Amino acid sequence: MFALAFKSLRNRKATAMLTVLSIALAVMLLLGVDRLRQESRESFAATISGTDLIVGARSSPVQLLLYSIFRIGNPANNLSWQSYLAIADLDQVAWTIPISLGDSHRGFRVVGTTTAYFEHFRYAHDRTLTLVAGELPGDDHDVVLGSEVARKLGYQPGNSLIIAHGAGEVSFSLHEDQPFTVSGVLAPTGTPVDRALHVTLDGLDDVHADEVQHGVQDPLAAALQALPRARRSAEPHDDDHHNEHAGDERPEDHADNDHHEAHAMDASQRSISAFLVGLKSRAAALSVQRFINEYEGEPLTAILPGVALQEVWVVVGAAEGTLRAVSALVVLVGLTGMLVALLTSLGERRREMAILRSVGARPRHVFVLILGEAILLTVLGIVLGVVALYAGLVTGQSWLESRLGLFIGVGWPSWHELGLIGLVGVAGGLIGLVPAWRIYRYSLSDGMTIRI
Amino acid sequence: MPPYIINIDQLAILRGERVFLRGPSGSGKSTLLSVLAGMVTPDEGRIRVLDRDIGALGAAARDRYRADHIGFVFQMFNLIPYLSVVENVCLPCGFSDRRRQRAIEQAGSVAAEARRLLDHLDMSDPQLQSRPVTELSVGQQQRVAAARALIGAPELVIADEPTSALDADLRQVFVDLLFAECERVNATLVFVSHDVTLAAVFDRSLEFLDINRVALPVGSGQSGAAD
Repeated sequence: MFALAFKSLRNRKATAMLTVLSIALAVMLLLGVDRLRQESRESFAATISGTDLIVGARSSPVQLLLYSIFRIGNPANNLSWQSYLAIADLDQVAWTIPISLGDSHRGFRVVGTTTAYFEHFRYAHDRTLTLVAGELPGDDHDVVLGSEVARKLGYQPGNSLIIAHGAGEVSFSLHEDQPFTVSGVLAPTGTPVDRALHVTLDGLDDVHADEVQHGVQDPLAAALQALPRARRSAEPHDDDHHNEHAGDERPEDHADNDHHEAHAMDASQRSISAFLVGLKSRAAALSVQRFINEYEGEPLTAILPGVALQEVWVVVGAAEGTLRAVSALVVLVGLTGMLVALLTSLGERRREMAILRSVGARPRHVFVLILGEAILLTVLGIVLGVVALYAGLVTGQSWLESRLGLFIGVGWPSWHELGLIGLVGVAGGLIGLVPAWRIYRYSLSDGMTIRI
Repeated sequence: MPPYIINIDQLAILRGERVFLRGPSGSGKSTLLSVLAGMVTPDEGRIRVLDRDIGALGAAARDRYRADHIGFVFQMFNLIPYLSVVENVCLPCGFSDRRRQRAIEQAGSVAAEARRLLDHLDMSDPQLQSRPVTELSVGQQQRVAAARALIGAPELVIADEPTSALDADLRQVFVDLLFAECERVNATLVFVSHDVTLAAVFDRSLEFLDINRVALPVGSGQSGAAD
C-alpha cells in the first residue's frame, strides 16, 4: 500500500514537493528554535564555572551578571578599589578577579583585570584559560587577546594596538598616546572571553590618567575619592571611564592633552566594574553574600551566578515561549497545507479509488492509501527539515558563534528533539485521517460507479 | 419505500456463458453489475454468484469475493495513471491471494503472467509495455484493462461498455481478443453495451428493458448508473 501511495505521490510531484517543502521548513524552524534555545542556555551556563559570587555596585542581579560575565549592557555604577580590597581580604575568600569595563578596541571590549583572571577564571566544566600563542601580560601595557579578536583582526603577539573609550565600533575617543602590545592569544572558549581584550588594571589606569585630568569622575566617585586632579569640576562630563555609554560618546578633547602632566592614577583612586569571588568553601557563599550586600563602605550587590542565571531564564523564558508557540504554529500551517493539498486531490482521485475498489481494494485499503500518503509526506518533510537544519547548522555555525557568541553543537538530535519530531509525525498522521476518512466515505458510497 | 432502480424477477447466467446485455442509458445496467459484483446488495430477493449467496455476505467478505472471482473492464479511465502498464495489470493480484496464486501457477510470476496476457492482447511490444499508461491510445488502454480483468483467471468477467470509446474496427478486434481469453480460462463474460452490432457473436443477448420491470423514467439519472 505504501508503494502505491509513493507512486501516487510521485505522480503529483509538484504539489507533493511543495507540501514536503513547507513541512520541512516548519520542522526546521521548530527544531532550529529549540536547538538555539537549548544551546544558548547551555552556552550561557558554560560561560562561568567555579565562581561562587559576583560582586558589583548596587544593581539588579541580572544586570550585574549580564555585564560582568556576558558583557551585555553596562554597569550603572562602579565600586571602589577599597571595597574590593576589603572583601578580597575576608578569611573565607580564596581568590578574586577584578574586572574593569568601559573601553573597547574596534568593537571588541577591553577588560581590565589582573593575572588572577588567567589563573582562576573557569568556564564550561571547570576549564581554565590557556594561551595558544605568546605569554601572559608581563608589562602594564601588554594585552592578551581572546581568540576571536586575534582571528578577526589578524593580530599576533608583538602587534600594538590602541584602545578607545566606550564600547562602540567607532569611537572618537582614542587613547592614542597609550598603545598596548599584544603579549598573548587565548585558546577559543566559546564564551565572551573570545571577544575580549585583556589588559592589566595598571595599564588601564595609565590610559585613564589623562582623562581624569580633563573631567570629573561620576559624582559618587568624586565624592568618595575627592579627586585632586579634577581641573574642570564646573563642567560635569560623562566621563566615568568605566561606565561607557554606547552611542553617547562625545569627542574627547585631546588637543590640550599634556603628556608631561599625565600621571598614573593612584590605585586607591581606582574603581572597578565588578569582581568575581572564589570561596574556600562553597558553604560560606550565603553568609559572604549577606556580608557584601550589607557592606557599610558603599552599597554593593553580590550574586550567586547560578541563581542569577535562573532569573535570566525567567526573563528570557517568556520570549522563548512565544518563539516556540510561533514555530509550533508554523508546523501547524505546514500540516494544514498538506491537508488542503490532499483534500483538493480527493475529487479527482475518486475515480482512481473506484478502480482500486473494482480490482478488490477494500474501503480500508483506500483509507490506508490516503493516510499513507499523509504519513509519507510528513516523514519526507521531517527528514528534509532535519537534513536542512543540520546543513544550516554546519554552514551557519561560525556565523552564529561570531555574531551571537553562540556555539551550536552539531550533535545527534536530543531526546527532546526526537520527541518534537515524533509529535510532528503524529500530528501529520492525525491530519491525514481527515482526507482518509473522507475518501473512505466516498468509496463506500461511490462503489465503482463515478460520474465525472 | 424508495423506488426501486431495478426489479428483476429472475435472471440466470450459466457458467462459461458469454452474455450480451444491452439497454438505453440510465436503465439500471450498471446497477445490476454493481449487484453482481457485490458492491451493492439487493433490498429484496437473493443473488447467487458462483454458488454463493453474496447478498448474505458481510461487506468485507463481498470485497474479498469480488477481488478473488471478478475481473472488471470499464468504459474509460480504467487505469491508474501513475502505475506502469504491467503494474496496472498486476493490480488485482495485490488484493487477492487466490488470483496471485493462479497467476504464479500459470506463468511463474505475477509480472510474467501480466506480460503473457498483454502478449495475447496484441500488446507484446516491450516499448509499449514500459510506456506510461496515459500515453497509450484508448484502444491500447482498453486492452491493458482487459488483461487486468483476466489476470489470475477470475471466474466472472464483467465489461461495462468497454468498447464505446473505440472505433468500429477496434471494437471487433477488442471483443475477439476478450472472447479468446475468456474462453481459454473458461470465464463467464457479462458484457454490457448499447452497440447491438456486437450482439451477434455472443452466446446470448439480453435486452435489459425486458428483464427490468421498473419503468424507465424519462431523462432521469436517478439510477446512479454510468451512462
